[in-house]
Formats: sequence, C-alpha cells, structure tokens
Amino acid sequence: MTKVGKFVVFMLLSIFGLAMVVPFVWMMVTAVRSQLEFNKGNVGFLPLEKHTMFVDNEEDTIISIVMVDGDSTYVHFYDEEGHIERAFVKVPNEGIVERTRLRIHWENFIDAWNRAPFGRYFMNTIIVSILTLLGILVTSSLAAYAFAQMKFKGNNLLFTFFISMMMVPQPIYLIPSYVLLNNLGWIDTYMALIVPWLAHIFTIFLLRQHFKSIPRELFDAAEIDGCSRFGILWRIVIPISKPVLVTASIFSLIASWNSFMWPLVMINSEELRVLQVGLSYFSQESSTLTTLLMAASTFSIMPLVILFIVAQRQIIGSVARAGLKEG
Amino acid sequence: MGKLSPYLYLLPATVILLLFRFIPIVLSFVISFFEWTITGPAGFIGLENYQLMMHDPEYWQSMLNTFYLVIFVVPTTVILSLVFAALLNTASFLRGLFRTVYFIPTVTSMVAVSIVWRTIFNQQSGLANFLLEKIGIAPLGWLAESDGIFHLLFQNLGINLPAALGGPSLALFAIIIVTVWKSTGYNAIIYLAGLQNIPRVYYEAADIDGASKVKQFFKITLPLISPTTFYVLIMTTIVTFQVFAQVYMMTGPPIGGPLGTTKVIVYYIFEQGFGEAQNLSYASAIALVLFLIILILTIIQKRMEKFVHY
Repeated sequence: MTKVGKFVVFMLLSIFGLAMVVPFVWMMVTAVRSQLEFNKGNVGFLPLEKHTMFVDNEEDTIISIVMVDGDSTYVHFYDEEGHIERAFVKVPNEGIVERTRLRIHWENFIDAWNRAPFGRYFMNTIIVSILTLLGILVTSSLAAYAFAQMKFKGNNLLFTFFISMMMVPQPIYLIPSYVLLNNLGWIDTYMALIVPWLAHIFTIFLLRQHFKSIPRELFDAAEIDGCSRFGILWRIVIPISKPVLVTASIFSLIASWNSFMWPLVMINSEELRVLQVGLSYFSQESSTLTTLLMAASTFSIMPLVILFIVAQRQIIGSVARAGLKEG
Repeated sequence: MGKLSPYLYLLPATVILLLFRFIPIVLSFVISFFEWTITGPAGFIGLENYQLMMHDPEYWQSMLNTFYLVIFVVPTTVILSLVFAALLNTASFLRGLFRTVYFIPTVTSMVAVSIVWRTIFNQQSGLANFLLEKIGIAPLGWLAESDGIFHLLFQNLGINLPAALGGPSLALFAIIIVTVWKSTGYNAIIYLAGLQNIPRVYYEAADIDGASKVKQFFKITLPLISPTTFYVLIMTTIVTFQVFAQVYMMTGPPIGGPLGTTKVIVYYIFEQGFGEAQNLSYASAIALVLFLIILILTIIQKRMEKFVHY
C-alpha cells in the first residue's frame, strides 16, 4: 500500500479507537471532578476548575464576592470542600483574581465506595463467580469427557439436547425459573444465583472439541498401564487441557461478573446484592451525584478490564475461533 | 459400572439442564395458559393472555420499539464492524493496540457503561450536548425526548412529518448508539478472523490485473466474507431482540423513558412480570412470542449455514 493509504488507514483506525475509549476517558475524568463544577456544566476532558480567588503572600483561597466597597470587597472564604470558612471578610481588590486550576478529587472514589456497601457487593460477586466457576469446571469436564471419548447410546441425541438448550435465551426462562426457584425456597439466596448456572453448555462444547483432539494412543497407553477412566481424566486429560480450561474460566468469570437481569430478579435483600445490581440501585438512589456514579462505575469495571488486559490473547483468540467455526 | 459410567459422567450437567432449563421452558408454556400468582396456578384461562396481547397498545409499542432497535442496530453494527476489521487487516502499525481498544466495550458491564452513557446524554452537563454546543448546535433532549428522530430532523427543514413516519424517539436513538458502540468491537474480531482466512493469492492476482483496493474489497472480500456476514447478521439480530440492561439503566425506574418510547420487549416482559403488575402469566405469554421470533431466526441460521458456504 502507498504511504498515503497507510496514513489514511491509521487515521481512520484512530478515529474509531477514540470513539471506543472516549466514554471511558470521560468517565474517569468526571469521576475525579467536583460535583459543583459538573453541575456548572464544566465537563471538558480535563478536571479543570474556574475559581474566583483571593491571593496574598501566604496562600490562595477560593472566595465568592458579596459586595464591592470602593477599593476593597466583602467576600466569603471557602475551604476545599466548598463550605464557607469565613463569611463577610473585607479584602483589598488587587488580591482578587480569576484562576483556572487542575484539581483531582481522588476522595470521590472513597466517598462513592462508602455511600453504598460496595465491599459487600464485591464480596457477593466474587463468591458467586468463583463457586459458579468451580461447579462449571467440574460438570463440564465430566460431560465433555463422556461426549468426546466414550461410546454410549444416545450420545448424539443428548448432545443435540444440550446444544438446543444453549440456543434458548435468558428472557424466555426467566419467569418460570423465578416460579421454580420460589417453590424451592431459593429466592433471595446464593443458591438462586449459583445452582441454575452450574451447567455451562458453551464450556462443554469447547472442552469436547479439545478432548476430541487428544490422540487415542495416549488413552490406550494409559489404559494398558492400568489407569481407570476417571484416572485418565484426572491425571492426563485435565493437565494437558489447562489452556482450554483457563480460557473457559475467563469466559465464565466475565459472564458471572456482568450478569444483571437474573440477580436483579432473584435477589431482594441488600446484603445479597451482587455488584451489578448494587450499582444499579446506587445509580437510581443517587442519580444526581454524577461524579460519584462515575467513580463507582470506574471501580466496578476495573477488575474485568485488568483481567482482559492480562488475558486478551486468550479472549480475543477464542472469540475469533468461535466466529470462524460458526461462520 | 462400565456401561453406566458414561451416563454418570453426564449426570450432573444433565440434571442441572433438565431442572433449570428444560423444565422452565416447558413451564413457561403452561404458565401462559393459567392465571398465575407467585405461589402457583389460580385457574385455567386458555388463550386469554394472547387475546389480551392483540389489544394491548403497550405491547405493540414495545414491539415497534424493538423493531426500530433491530432495524437500526443490526445493519450499522454489521457495516461498522466489517469496516473496522478491513482496516485492522490492512494496518501495519499498532494493530494489536487497536484490536485491544475496540474490544474493551465488550468486556465491560452493560450496567456500568449505561450509567456512563446516561451521564453523557445528560441534558444540562452531559458530554453530548457539550460537544454539540462546541460545533454550534443547540442542545438536545436525548433521553427525555419522545419525538422521533426523523420528525426532529425534518422539523429543522421546516417540514412537519406525520407521527407514523417520525421514526424511533431520540431517547431510543441514544440507546441505539450505545448498543452499536457495545457490540461493534466483538463482531469486528469475528470479521477479522474471517478476513485472515481469505487466501492472499486472490488479492495478488487482482493486483496484477490492476484492480484498485476498493474494487478488490467489493469483488473479492465482500463475496468471500459472506458466511461471516450472515453469522454476524443473525447473531446480532438475536442479541438485539433481547436488549434489556441499557434500557433499564438509561430510561428505567424511577423516572422511566419518555412516553414509553424506549420500552423494548424484554423490558416490557420484566415490567409485567416483576413490576407493579406482577402478572407472571401475561409476561410469560409475551416471552413466548419472543421465543418464537428467536427460534425462527435460529432455524434460518442453521439452515442457511449450509448454503452460504463456498
């Protein structure tokens, strides 16, 4: 390609890339802005604040002008939190200036974290995600092993059943699941968030493909050495399938972490809310505290963004492969 | 033991699937034919729910909104993600970085990004109006605006469009933007894999024949990528029919969307089943209509898969 062509491609990619990250950048900037500035409509891409200030040789103070009286002015002095520190102070006019300064309100993160039990929400999400993941790894390894390496009646039929269950989207079985879980007495318990998700068909599918690719000779050799079927799974198949298991785990964690509609419906009490549900209630209850909402959004997405950056090769790689296989 | 053993391995997953997928799916049919309270059935009502649906303006409004969402989101996502992927495929510089950046919206939670976008579309201090102001355009009502986008557009030209041609409300359009933004990166990665599977020799031959890059895109890339296009098209349609979180977070309780113009079908199911109405039975009936739509799309995809391959 020509140099001009390469440049045009690069520019277009940059514009698209910018469109993807601008909401996140703006979120983080707004998260460290003061709510007062945001409400004033000061919403650019830097946390700049415009203040009327009084400057003398000791320090600069934020003020508001009350009344001009000849050479001097009556003003209110403010502290950093925006509260009036001293009212009706008389100061000389030459000390009063308009100043723009960059100010980062890190305390917004702490404030947001303390306004709702976010620690609890994170804990609940981690517990649910980890238990679900462990369950999925066990049920999927067992099922995929049977599908991939055992001969039995109804293999294809059962696999078709599994796949067709995968095709049914969540909104369809949400209401009857609620009825069912209610009858089991599981509404408003961890059980409702974990047990129905312990069979993950995509993981079974992924593992089955991989288990099938393991050469037969390996199994034959192990069998001759007197290894039982379960022993083969545990000692040979699982250890050599670590990369696939890691990929499956990443996808399971992302799904659990981001799942929203299900826990929104199944959980009523505040102590059991998972992060997404807690965040949604927080956003309803504190809809005017914009900067704190941005701070809460930031720390809510951080764990997954970090996981993604660490594991992006696996994640992007398997999305690409899934698309290829299906397409 | 030997003969039973495969079934033992399959038992845990099968039990979970039977209990928590299969039975609920069957149950949803049953529930839709009964009056149903939280505790259980309270009388057979036959097709009453389905008759009610036919005469429920809110149901039809939510169907129309969902239809708008699909019509706008799907083609935009397909075209944008193909363009992204084609550009990525030719890029030589910082390709990995761009790929990563495009994918980030996919892994972040819809709840969090909806809060961010809701703030971007904030009328007084949102980024959207801030940027519009910079280029000299009057601020818009965004999530509070129930007027159709075509209506608003033609109004500026002095033409008053009839309500039926107004198109999706500006509020729904804001949700369309978020949905496209969230799904494009994911599909671009799928496209990229498809593009890398096209043998280079086709392009080399075209180069020798003197075909331009643009011509190569339309004559080689587009036809050869069509299986992926078909996959992306159907999958995005299926996913878009199920949009919920962004609608709930951006125009949900306590305020709600402007005049119900953002209420999509899954949101309506949620509202009927778990809102004030607590009408699980009616919600189930609507869910089954959605099921039917998605089932048809899935069957089309499975059938066509065999034909679109070369």
